[in-house]
Amino acid sequence: MISASQRLWRTSPLTYVALVMAALLSIYPLYYMVVISTRSLDAINDVPPPITPGGSFGDNFGRVLENDAANFLTGLVNSIIVSSVVTIAVVITGSLAGFAFAKLRFRGRNVLLLSIIVTMMIPTQMGIIPLWSMMQTLGWYDTLYAVTVPFLVTAFGVFMMRQYAMQAISDELIEAGRVDGASTFRIYWNIVLPALRPAAAVLGLLTFMEQWNSFLWPYAILTPENPTLQVSLSFLSYAYYTDYSQVFAATAVGTLPLVIVFIVFGRQIIGGIMEGAVKS
Amino acid sequence: MSLSATTAPPSPAPPPPDTAPRRRGSLLNRFDLKYSPYLYIAPFFLIFGVFQLYPMARTAWMSLHDWDMIGEHTFIGLDNYTALLSDDYFWNALVNTFGIFLLSTIPQLLLALFLANLLNRTMLRAKTFFRMAIFVPNVVSVAAVAIVFGMLFQRDFGLFNWLLSTVGVDPIDWRNQTWSSWTAIATMVNWRWTGYNTLILLAGMQAIPKDLYEAAEIDGASQWRQFWQITLPMLRPTFIFVVILSTIGGMQLFTEPLLFGNGSVIGGNQREFQTLAMYMFEKGIYNLSTAGYGAAVAWAIFMIIVLVSLINFLLVRRSAK
Repeated sequence: MISASQRLWRTSPLTYVALVMAALLSIYPLYYMVVISTRSLDAINDVPPPITPGGSFGDNFGRVLENDAANFLTGLVNSIIVSSVVTIAVVITGSLAGFAFAKLRFRGRNVLLLSIIVTMMIPTQMGIIPLWSMMQTLGWYDTLYAVTVPFLVTAFGVFMMRQYAMQAISDELIEAGRVDGASTFRIYWNIVLPALRPAAAVLGLLTFMEQWNSFLWPYAILTPENPTLQVSLSFLSYAYYTDYSQVFAATAVGTLPLVIVFIVFGRQIIGGIMEGAVKS
Repeated sequence: MSLSATTAPPSPAPPPPDTAPRRRGSLLNRFDLKYSPYLYIAPFFLIFGVFQLYPMARTAWMSLHDWDMIGEHTFIGLDNYTALLSDDYFWNALVNTFGIFLLSTIPQLLLALFLANLLNRTMLRAKTFFRMAIFVPNVVSVAAVAIVFGMLFQRDFGLFNWLLSTVGVDPIDWRNQTWSSWTAIATMVNWRWTGYNTLILLAGMQAIPKDLYEAAEIDGASQWRQFWQITLPMLRPTFIFVVILSTIGGMQLFTEPLLFGNGSVIGGNQREFQTLAMYMFEKGIYNLSTAGYGAAVAWAIFMIIVLVSLINFLLVRRSAK
């Protein structure tokens, strides 16, 4: 008979079977997207469905570029701009406020922090109707301001940076900076920001993905003439619903960069998500 | 002027003997200590207040008015809310939202619990690979998911109907019936979120002390019993967190049904899969003359979220006692 601790953590082959199946089901739709995006149009009606990629990706993506109903390239460029600007801003504003909440003393600190945590629970969708009319008033309808400015800060970013700063930065380090006569901003810039780098990287990745994938608000406020990538995809899919190789070629181009980023940085992203879960 | 001027190594010219800069320095220093924290949190509160908090409050204000975007608005108290109660389309959207919510949340959380339990084994090989593989759907945008699954659920050449035909089932027109459209939409939600929930539950499981299991093992408890009597009770806080997150997401479901119906905010010919968030859009954004009513729908969604979260919270707490 095997010992108790050995028995406790052994892994039966059935475990692997179940996990491999779960992994296959997770990956298959993406693989299918790639297969269709590289096939000619008529392959889609094949029974049984094709299972290997073909060589027609160039043709299909060419049709995407010629298609002026969805402005795919504009969408791609817009998404790159919006996601990058928002990511940089969220990391900077989040680390500034997170540092202040974790390491500086000021009146009202606890109340203000609590107000951030409470509002994290309220879905932002609840403000979408007035926000929409605000954008009209500001003249931001169908502009990148509308999809960028409201998202330059996130409560999650502040909270995450605060949690990390609490444990990663010792008070002595900041005191030492003060004794040397450094201003608070210098301390932030030269001591805090470098120490926050690992958390900032995870926050940056999560923010970039969220922005890249954001749909509802851009869909409400942008037109097909000036879309983000996701909005462009949606219009492409309505207008050319039967030309799936075209639609899937666009979808693949919009999806695979993030999947590649995920494969490269997956460990950190998953670590960040799991760590965040335990703390909250 | 920067403070470093007084502390930096002397430049070629020696500093002037005058003490004014130092006094000014200490004044700056006091100001820095006392008020600069507000400067660091100001960007957050400014943007958050203007673009997130204020609109939410304004939604509440609007919901008490007969409001159109052109500028006409009269205060009507709770009339919008009482109108909601006798609005068939609102009830239809509510039922659809709950139907899809249950069809997605229950299988999803059970599956996530199962997978997390498998991944929790310390002897597992290729742990990182499995974690990443099941999480990858969450990296894909909702729009892309809806487009890909929209095709898989096509009537004439969709993969699901082909699979059904191999076992002799007639093709289903997924978009034309309530139950089938709910199933299709719930499938997209399940695919995208099971891995995410698995990781959160796994994180919770790994925080459970290992010696509890070892003690149970020595007492001869089976793995199944260990799962019921150690893992599940200890996992309660994480489970509540996951349930509440799923509730918030489920009550706001929008993109999947919208794209499944080719961008129509009505959700099928007979509103078979119009969700509450779609109805809010229909009233509040697509139709400028009923913005106040749309705002009432928005607050109704919020109140339903709070209510359902509370019920879930109590249920999960009680069942574990």
